[in-house]
Amino acid sequence: MASQSNRLAAGGRVDRRRPLVFRFDGRRLQGYAGDTLASALLANDVHLVGRSFKYHRPRGILGLGSEEPNALIQLGRGNRTEPNLRATQIELFDGLDAHSQNRWPCLRFDVGAVNSAFHRLFPAGFYYKTFMWPASLWSTYEEVIRHAAGLGRAPEGPDPDRYERMHAHCDVLIAGGGPAGLAAALAAGRSGARVILADEQAEFGGSLLGDDDVTIGGTPAVDWVAEVVAELESMPEVTLLRRSTVNGYYDHNYLTIAERVTDHLGVGLPTVPRQRLWKVRAARVVLATGAIERPLVFRDNDRPGVMLSTAVRGYAIRYGVLAGRHPLIVTGNDDGYRTAFALADRQARVAAIVDLRADPTGSVVAEARHRGIEVLAGHSVTATHGGRRIEAAEIAPMTADGSGLAGSTRTLECDVIAMAGGFNPTVHLFSQSRGKLRWDSERSAFLPGTSHEAEVSVGGCAGTDSVAQAIKDGIRAGLEQVRALGHTARQPAAPAVEEHGQGETRTLWLLPSTQPVGRKGKHFVDFQNDVTAADLMLATREGYRSIEHVKRYTTTGMGTDQGKTSNVNALAIVGQSLGVDVPAVGTTTFRAPYTPTTIGAYGGRDVGHLFAPTRTTAMDPWHRANGAKFEHVGDWMRAWYYPKAGETFRQAVDREVTVARNGVALLDASTLGKIDIRGTDAAEFLNRVYTNAWAKLGVGRCRYGFMLKEDGMVMDDGVTTRLADDHFHMTTTTGGAGRVMNWLEEYLQTEWPEMDVRLTSVTEQWAVASICGPKCRELLGRLCPDIDLGNDAFPFMAMRDGTVAGIPARVFRISFTGELSFEINVPTRYGLALWEALMTAGADLGITPYGTEAMHVLRAEKGFIIVGQDTDGSVTPLDLGMDWIVSKTKPDFIGKRGLARPDLHKPDRKQLVGLLTEDPIFVLPEGGHVVEAVKPKPPMAMLGHVTSSYFSPSAGRSIAMALVKGGHARKGQTLYVPLEGRTIPVTVADTVFFDPEGSRRDG
Amino acid sequence: MMLIPCPWCGPRDDSEFAYGNQAHIARPNDPLATSDQQWAEYLYFRDNPKGPFAERWMHAAGCRRWFHVVRDTYSHVILQVYKVGEWPDPALGVGPASKES
Repeated sequence: MASQSNRLAAGGRVDRRRPLVFRFDGRRLQGYAGDTLASALLANDVHLVGRSFKYHRPRGILGLGSEEPNALIQLGRGNRTEPNLRATQIELFDGLDAHSQNRWPCLRFDVGAVNSAFHRLFPAGFYYKTFMWPASLWSTYEEVIRHAAGLGRAPEGPDPDRYERMHAHCDVLIAGGGPAGLAAALAAGRSGARVILADEQAEFGGSLLGDDDVTIGGTPAVDWVAEVVAELESMPEVTLLRRSTVNGYYDHNYLTIAERVTDHLGVGLPTVPRQRLWKVRAARVVLATGAIERPLVFRDNDRPGVMLSTAVRGYAIRYGVLAGRHPLIVTGNDDGYRTAFALADRQARVAAIVDLRADPTGSVVAEARHRGIEVLAGHSVTATHGGRRIEAAEIAPMTADGSGLAGSTRTLECDVIAMAGGFNPTVHLFSQSRGKLRWDSERSAFLPGTSHEAEVSVGGCAGTDSVAQAIKDGIRAGLEQVRALGHTARQPAAPAVEEHGQGETRTLWLLPSTQPVGRKGKHFVDFQNDVTAADLMLATREGYRSIEHVKRYTTTGMGTDQGKTSNVNALAIVGQSLGVDVPAVGTTTFRAPYTPTTIGAYGGRDVGHLFAPTRTTAMDPWHRANGAKFEHVGDWMRAWYYPKAGETFRQAVDREVTVARNGVALLDASTLGKIDIRGTDAAEFLNRVYTNAWAKLGVGRCRYGFMLKEDGMVMDDGVTTRLADDHFHMTTTTGGAGRVMNWLEEYLQTEWPEMDVRLTSVTEQWAVASICGPKCRELLGRLCPDIDLGNDAFPFMAMRDGTVAGIPARVFRISFTGELSFEINVPTRYGLALWEALMTAGADLGITPYGTEAMHVLRAEKGFIIVGQDTDGSVTPLDLGMDWIVSKTKPDFIGKRGLARPDLHKPDRKQLVGLLTEDPIFVLPEGGHVVEAVKPKPPMAMLGHVTSSYFSPSAGRSIAMALVKGGHARKGQTLYVPLEGRTIPVTVADTVFFDPEGSRRDG
Repeated sequence: MMLIPCPWCGPRDDSEFAYGNQAHIARPNDPLATSDQQWAEYLYFRDNPKGPFAERWMHAAGCRRWFHVVRDTYSHVILQVYKVGEWPDPALGVGPASKES
């Protein structure tokens, strides 16, 4: 096992007593508890961690946290493998198994790297330009491109882990637990407010964890952090969320936080989810998200070992890891000097400090010289050398304006380059919340401008580089937020802070070189997407002006890091190229999530059988116990058919249908929508929502009705029964129940609020057993002593109260099969008892349960439509041949005006007809197209389509219904249904295929 | 996700509500007296302003009441919430201030 050659003997926040063994590309390595994968790799002198996206160039670790563009890792194996994780955010655990990405066959030797040699073939917009022709070959190109490019690999099986969502409300949500966030939490927490403080790292402290030259209140900054965290933990109303990224900021202070609960352990725990997505509604928000250091754009600035200055410093101070022993610092501010000193204090031999400023004057310059570190003011890096690791840099003095060179180059050996290009405030969440950014030319950075939500930005994300200022602003923000909410604020004293600032800064977006940009070497702007300064300039030369277009053309700012390190550099270079200021270029849109978030976290527990609710009827246990097959109807699980041993689907359905026509059969009809309607205006209300007349319906009588939408199209149908003068029982289709309820409520509340009508959904209050067939009256008679079932006493379309099997019941004489039929409604809790009583009492009559498929066949034999199957929202009652149900005399009902449109009376509309195949055994597929004449190949003029199609045991042949243009006038015509490989001739017929006289209705 | 103050239940997440488009579009008293053009405008034509907009919402997973919201369609700021039968603040300039229109 390789030793940790770059690990310092002491220092850092790792636990040297807890060594951990991990693998990287199969190689066994050692790190310590408290490491990230990145710090552990650097401890083992592993810089080369990936290949770049387009050119397959060797790439190393650039950053320290979520900004990392290069070190993307495939973690774990099997269905738990996860791609594109940033090594800088993966906490080390024993047995961690990491793989590099985008390399083939291996990291050290990569075939795709030849792309780099042919880089002139890969300019901006390469895909758009190269693969446009011929279009037919795109699928071939795509396969090759997908293999060569692409990042990690998605797991292939279902996710074995558990996730959950947490909904929370708080007074103040604070995003970021650095100095500003901690100070805000303390100020708000001491007032008693409910506070959530979330930070993406494993421990609070932010930038303070990676610095050793800041003291707060006379003690090292990390001690202040520990004190504040301890106090916050003692506050009952304060929730501290570690490893929790505030990743989305939505309307009205609704934010999401992705909490990684067990990822750092390497194994799941039985009692907690792997990750938790918090959905927080915050009265106030404090954004303390810090800042991300900017890389410098110089020639070949992407070699492994070229890193952000704060990252190099952070690895040394926080993890006790020297990324290199011979670092070169390139800086435009005093902060780079702090890195030089921190490294020098830890046995590194600093190669030099290359300062972009012509005449740096800060005390740091004197200190550097005092320490014997060479300071090269007004210099540029003009080239770098090295393959899998940086080996040397060429530097040269610049002209005063920084646009060119003013002297000869000189080569400096180094094994790390620390780039201090200034800081970009992390304004992502602010911008997601629709706050307006403003460009600060002094800081060369976008800062939060006008807020849109009840929110304030403090600390690094508000542009300060001072810890003292961050703490002061944090305290003030915390107090302001809680005062605004009416809490009594107690002001914590701002502690005294000793620190070093950035000093005067110089920003150069593109460091001059001995070669023009784009010649001999690459100036990388976006490391993850391999976008160079030359690519951006080419895009502007080709006429791109909008930064959104430049982004998509060059792919800058895309990918898993969404340009955290590259965006501002890219905007500035585009601006320079166009000769305009950065604000004139504008920014691309910041979108959630801030960092990639597992889909599982968004899904939470809503997966598998919990994805959608399943509704079952009271009789469901009987169906299951008796071998029913089920189908989904809306949210319901309905018994589809009840096969006997050895029966096929068709055999079972044919048997069920035959019994329903000749004996007695039993259907679970509980899922029909049911609405209880009461009020003195109930009958008038029905008059308005149904197409037919309801005022004169007698008590105890039922009527079938159509509901239309205002445009005249059929929306739903059902039977409604008058229970009393002011009381009705409405039924709807199973799938339409909710829609109809909403519809009726809307009209009652918004159009006719003066009506005295109350609606109650009672779908789930009534279980319904429907018995059908010539023997069903005999069966019901055995169980129902208190209702006269004679045809005169209890006629068709009537309803009677009574008892069935000793259960109080409403019995309706309605029929969806054309047979004598009773629908027995009992309170749901008696549904199963009723069903079992019917099965027992009807045993000697051969009672047979039938499912939804037999029900469909039975109704189709009679030409009864199903709304939503034989109609599709563009079908009127006239199209269905059901003009009789539309009142000509009512002054108004919903749909009457719509139906009056002349277009709906045209004879060539699609109309519902029956279709009979020439071959009586052949069953047409539903959805089959109906044409007038068959041509050798499409297109053929389409007349319509098959809506319902079954084999009818009662008619002894196949039957079908179809919507056909001008169908009513086509009765007797031969049309065709072209299918794959054959064409089926059909004869247009009436929609009633069995018992057209209706002679079976009364038994 | 917006926070919508239901006039009956108080502020609730917008996932509890159903959207009902533009408010104050009354169903004609005598639909048969309307021309095809007028009927089409009643049924289908809606304003689509950038800015304050009076619209209908229903608290579907709550009290199931319809009510009105004046919402800025650009900023999502909710400017007024009022019950069926009430009217928007004329100062918001979002349409009818009385039943006639």
